[in-house]
Amino acid sequence: MAQEVQAALSGNIWKVLVEVGDTVEEDDEVFVVEALKMEIAIYAPCDGTVSEIRVKKGDAVEEDDVLAVIE
Amino acid sequence: MAIFEHMGIFAVTVEMVIMWLISLTLLYLAISKKYEPLLLLPIGFGILLANLPLTQLMQPDEGLIWRFYHYGIEWEVIPPLIFLGLGALTDFGPLLSQPRLIFLGAAAQAGVYVTFFTATSFGFTLEEAATIGIIGGADGPTTIFLAAKLAPHLLGACAVAAYSYMALVPIIQPPIMRLLTTENERRIKMKKGRKIGAREKLFFPIVASIVIILLVPASAPLISMFMLGNLFRESKVVERLTDAAQNALMNIVTIFLGLSVGATMNAENFLRTEVIFIFFLGLFAFMIGTATGVILAKIMNLFTSNKINPLVGGAGVSAVPMAARVVQRMGAEADKKNHLLMFAMGPNIAGVIGTVIAAGIFLTLLK
Repeated sequence: MAQEVQAALSGNIWKVLVEVGDTVEEDDEVFVVEALKMEIAIYAPCDGTVSEIRVKKGDAVEEDDVLAVIE
Repeated sequence: MAIFEHMGIFAVTVEMVIMWLISLTLLYLAISKKYEPLLLLPIGFGILLANLPLTQLMQPDEGLIWRFYHYGIEWEVIPPLIFLGLGALTDFGPLLSQPRLIFLGAAAQAGVYVTFFTATSFGFTLEEAATIGIIGGADGPTTIFLAAKLAPHLLGACAVAAYSYMALVPIIQPPIMRLLTTENERRIKMKKGRKIGAREKLFFPIVASIVIILLVPASAPLISMFMLGNLFRESKVVERLTDAAQNALMNIVTIFLGLSVGATMNAENFLRTEVIFIFFLGLFAFMIGTATGVILAKIMNLFTSNKINPLVGGAGVSAVPMAARVVQRMGAEADKKNHLLMFAMGPNIAGVIGTVIAAGIFLTLLK
């Protein structure tokens, strides 16, 4: 079952820490979002494999935007 | 021999040397520790200049820096221009999506008023006490604005106190917030507010200007510029003006603001026991404001099922966005998936407006 990684808050993508095909565990750091000069980690919602990444470094994201999909 | 009389080196006093050390300390904090460097660096250098003898730099009608000070600060030009830039940088979305959090920004102003009364009991005049109390908002331009009108002799000390406490937000606030909240409260995840549309954001600065200026006309110089800057931003049709207000203009006036604030701090004005009281009372104001914000959040939680994380109350002081960052960090410490940053921005921005209104009320009553 696929689960989406969502942006917990709006900001800019500062780091993309995974690639398509990577295996992740729940609570692994997968992205770092920069908002108001703070780096805020976004964690994987479940165990699985990254099947899709929809953003790249520097992109502006809104709260709840889908950043990646984990299967 | 006349040349020796005109050399400053023979006119240096012990007090001046003490001020040089204060200046160097601020420069050190700004450059090495990065404590509010954009302000403390020009302020620190201004202090040094003000304490070099025979320069006439602050001589009324003649001195270079006196002119910056007179036309920039006494004429109330620079603090409103800083507010223009702040307005252009501010997104009112977080405030509009959770309007109830505005109360937290208002509650934190309690620090200003409590300190006002405390300071009068220490023998400060009403005008001086108001200027000292406003430090509790931890808002530099508002403090300078009020000091220039009510107590110009305290301007330098109050401005340095306000900017220092802004820089020290991450050190001063967390212990108070930790003391007043339980681990479980810090873990509270807040429900998202509604999404705010572009039209609502566009109307906000217009409506807010009308309401606030009608209620507290004395706050108009700061509020009007703040809201105009925000209207630039939200109108999306004057991006050049938004950009100028946020960047070029703000940077330019910051140079003159910092330099002239520093230059008001000559030894005679600054090396007094009162100044020590100002620093303590300002700190006290800031601590009370942090606490009242957190406590009000806890009280509000007694009456609602949609719980507020009480940490967010700590952002009611107007140090934007330092206070909101502290809230985010402490929330994530309790639960790493808890993101309070945007919730904290609501009371944080409300706190800025609250401090301006508090200054307007003081002006109305005391001027």
